[in-house]
Amino acid sequence: MWKWLHPYANPEVSYHFAGKLIPWFKYLTILLLSIGLVWVLLFVPADYQQGNSFRIFYIHVPTAILSLSIYSTMAVIAFCGLVWQLKLADASVAAIAPVGAVFTAIALITGAAWGRPTWGVWWIWDARLTSELILLFLYLGVIALHSSFSDKSQGGKAASILTLVGVINIPIIKYSVEWWNTLHQGQTVTKLGAPSMASEMYWPFLVCFFGFVCFLGWIISLRFRTEVLSRNAMRPWVKSVAELSEKK
Amino acid sequence: MSDLIDTTNTTQTASTRVLPYHRAFYLVFKRDVTLALRHKDDIINPLLFFIIVITLFPLGIGPEPNTLARIAPGIIWVAALLATLLSLDRLFKSDYNDGSLEQLLLSPNPIFILVLGKIAAHWLLTGVPLIIVAPLLAVLLHLNENSYLALFLTLLIGTPILSFIGAIGVALTVGIKKGGVLLSLLILPLYIPVLIFATSAIDTAAMNLPYSGQLAIIGALLIGSLTLTPLAVSAALKVSTN
Repeated sequence: MWKWLHPYANPEVSYHFAGKLIPWFKYLTILLLSIGLVWVLLFVPADYQQGNSFRIFYIHVPTAILSLSIYSTMAVIAFCGLVWQLKLADASVAAIAPVGAVFTAIALITGAAWGRPTWGVWWIWDARLTSELILLFLYLGVIALHSSFSDKSQGGKAASILTLVGVINIPIIKYSVEWWNTLHQGQTVTKLGAPSMASEMYWPFLVCFFGFVCFLGWIISLRFRTEVLSRNAMRPWVKSVAELSEKK
Repeated sequence: MSDLIDTTNTTQTASTRVLPYHRAFYLVFKRDVTLALRHKDDIINPLLFFIIVITLFPLGIGPEPNTLARIAPGIIWVAALLATLLSLDRLFKSDYNDGSLEQLLLSPNPIFILVLGKIAAHWLLTGVPLIIVAPLLAVLLHLNENSYLALFLTLLIGTPILSFIGAIGVALTVGIKKGGVLLSLLILPLYIPVLIFATSAIDTAAMNLPYSGQLAIIGALLIGSLTLTPLAVSAALKVSTN
């Protein structure tokens, strides 16, 4: 496996590899999201309690799930980068963090928009909402730390360390917030009335979810390529890439 | 300090300068305490900040004793978090500026122990004064009488955690010119569990219920940060000094 992975430590190889991935992710995103969103907005039956407002579920839940998995991906990459001193790992952490922050923000905003018709308020200090907000702060911390170093590789390493510190803290924060909420107020808000969804609501959810996954892959590959280019700007292969794109 | 850092040594003799752990810890600890005692305003200013922030709350919220008693644990703890945050800069900044931090990292003694010594000195000079002043401020805020012991115990176990976690943030930002605001963005989210469990312990004590569970969790957080944060701090210091 090492033999197979080894070439990708070279920035040039992984730059071109990411370039090959982009069209796949792009067309899958367009296909899945257009099918999923049209299905969701026009054909899925309205919820018997919440009416049409529940349709925001299909954007809210995928982004909320992915906002957590993006952070854990970042943490795995940061760990590998610190242990094996991979420079590309720093570039990928820098590429992923803003995407994760945007997904968290989307989850929060759609959650607020969904909360207004169903709960009657934009925001409540529910355990899940609070821990999602704190997750956003953690992302913003990583981004701010990375961008405040003038030396990019130094900033990348610092951001990796902070990501790892954050990932140890995320479960602690999550459980403490849950406990805090149950201690202070008895009411709990379940996201969906019934835990098991009807299958006609579940399939479009899967399509939307994988659409968002591909969207994520697309954006991250794009950002990864620009990060690699900006970090290796003095290398001859970057110059030849730039000349090629100028000719086109 | 001269025992720890001996720049005239060649590498061969440097390997013989490895001190026993307790000696290395004690030397760093004593050096930091001595330095801080020579700049007393570094100790007094965060403490004054703590007192002033707490006096602002009754002015903003109103002097109603029941309201104040209800929010007193939260106010005291939030003020303690902010006061610790203000004092954190002292931990590595001056050592970074005059170069002694690099020398510490170069010494053959394990960085874990040296970092531990610095953090312990920081806690003695900021955490302990907060613990001493807090009951006085609790009187001003009409804190429930049952809660005083809980307030004392949570501060005793909780403030070292603040120093430990804060040290990671300072170590990451010590090389940056305008690290102050950034530091609060990095550190405050990580302080949330301590805040939650400490205030809930004090609230529970006010209702005359046992609060040993919350104390146990804060203790667990303390042990966890004692063992893990010096590793993160030394990794971060290596990145910052580069």
